[in-house]
Amino acid sequence: MTTIVFEDVWKEYDERIVLERVNLSLADHEFLVIIGPSGVGKTTLLRMLLSQEQPSRGRILIDGEPIAPEPTADRGVVFQRYSVFPHLTVLANVMRGPQWVASPFLGRLFGARRRALEAEAMALLERVGLAEHAAKYPQQLSGGMQQRLALAQALIMKPKVLLLDEPFGALDPGTRKSMHELVRDLWEEHRMTIVMVTHDLAEAFLLGTRVIAVDRPRKDPQAPERFGATIASDFEAKCRIVRESRRFEAARAEARLQLVSSN
Amino acid sequence: MRRIINYTPSTGVRTVLGVLPFVVVILVYLVASGERMALDPNDKLMPGFAAFASAITRLATTLDIATKQYLLWWDTWLSLWRLFVGLGIAAALGLVLGILIGFIPYLRGMFEPFMAAFSLIPPLAVLPILFILFGLGEVSKIVLIVFGVAPFIIRDVMLRVASIPREQIIKAQTLGASTWQMISGVLLPQVLPRLIDSVRLSLGAAWLYVIAAEAITAEGGLGYRIFLVRRYLAMDVILPYVAWITLLAFVMDWALRRLNAFAFPWDRIREG
Repeated sequence: MTTIVFEDVWKEYDERIVLERVNLSLADHEFLVIIGPSGVGKTTLLRMLLSQEQPSRGRILIDGEPIAPEPTADRGVVFQRYSVFPHLTVLANVMRGPQWVASPFLGRLFGARRRALEAEAMALLERVGLAEHAAKYPQQLSGGMQQRLALAQALIMKPKVLLLDEPFGALDPGTRKSMHELVRDLWEEHRMTIVMVTHDLAEAFLLGTRVIAVDRPRKDPQAPERFGATIASDFEAKCRIVRESRRFEAARAEARLQLVSSN
Repeated sequence: MRRIINYTPSTGVRTVLGVLPFVVVILVYLVASGERMALDPNDKLMPGFAAFASAITRLATTLDIATKQYLLWWDTWLSLWRLFVGLGIAAALGLVLGILIGFIPYLRGMFEPFMAAFSLIPPLAVLPILFILFGLGEVSKIVLIVFGVAPFIIRDVMLRVASIPREQIIKAQTLGASTWQMISGVLLPQVLPRLIDSVRLSLGAAWLYVIAAEAITAEGGLGYRIFLVRRYLAMDVILPYVAWITLLAFVMDWALRRLNAFAFPWDRIREG
């Protein structure tokens, strides 16, 4: 169970108000997509959820607790670029996080625990379709493959919330389509909450269960910096009850198949 | 007619072109030296290659009475020792201070302006201070190299740390990394290739400081020998010594480049 609550969050830089009066309450296992014109503060919203930036007023709660003031392992992230380590192979990139957590000084695991982690990492790489590239360096992969790697690297930490900052912005349309399917399947499998920023409206409604648009409702032509952006509209893109019943149908169909095949 | 920048030489032509300046310089020297020798067989300013060979053989194979050493090898050993110790200390300092100052905001706030000012002190101008403080022995020579090279390496490492995308640092934190783990697991491996490159670029400066310190006071060393025999106009020793120093510097540069390519293969792969 993961819930996210924004309580009257503001973000100001000196005199300039970027975001104002942001109130949002997100239930468990949502796929929230944030859309809006460029420069309006979508990414700022995501960065505050990541604790890369602090709100100047209000607070953000995950499961009722205020979020840590710095990035922590309960929130995973995939950026548009540069979210993998160039000096590590694909496999080492995925194994990096758990080794840091398990071994504070050396940051390395040895023996049976390393082999167990390697098997887990290979299973994840298999899932995102990178198993045969495990020994390569990220620079040798295409843009889409690098993003798959970044996803696997984040998912091995089993984060409560996965944050995606325009993750498909630099990809060509074909790659983007297969990434959409992958992300949606992973979201179903891992039962986590995803918050994604994009400027692609079609992508937003294809993937999101809830879509919020961020924009400036108030404008002062003499002093444009005096009013910030806020949540301008909030769509329930896929009703929870529809999702639940579809999942229930899928589980029932699977159970029936198993019954038939075991007879 | 295409524009001149659009004509590119083939591999063979490129080799010939590359060798050509060396050949021209040697030929010009030989001709000029021959002309002078014809006028005065004992000319000291431009001796022929036979004079070089005999001077170097004498220095490399006969035992010097005063020092009980073979001078060429003794000088090379002393100079290289000073150079390696000085550069090694400077590189170690540069790595540790550069990463700490570049990565930790409080340290950066405190030391960045200081480093910027400190690196502008001309090292040779403080050489007398070093001689007064550390005496005329090895310590002052090594401190001079460190003083001259370390600020450059520190600032280069700081720049490299700053150029690592912020996204990587945030990502590392979401993977549970502590400050120490980010330094050892993210910064250090990505800074090391740049450190080797900046040591390569510092080689010229380091040689300058070695030779300058030796010229003033030493009991041996390549720079010391050159400045010693200058009094006798012994160009037959000076020119081969200069060539030898150049060769040593070239080999060190080449070795560091090979080390970089061998130890950090990922650094040579560029996004295609």
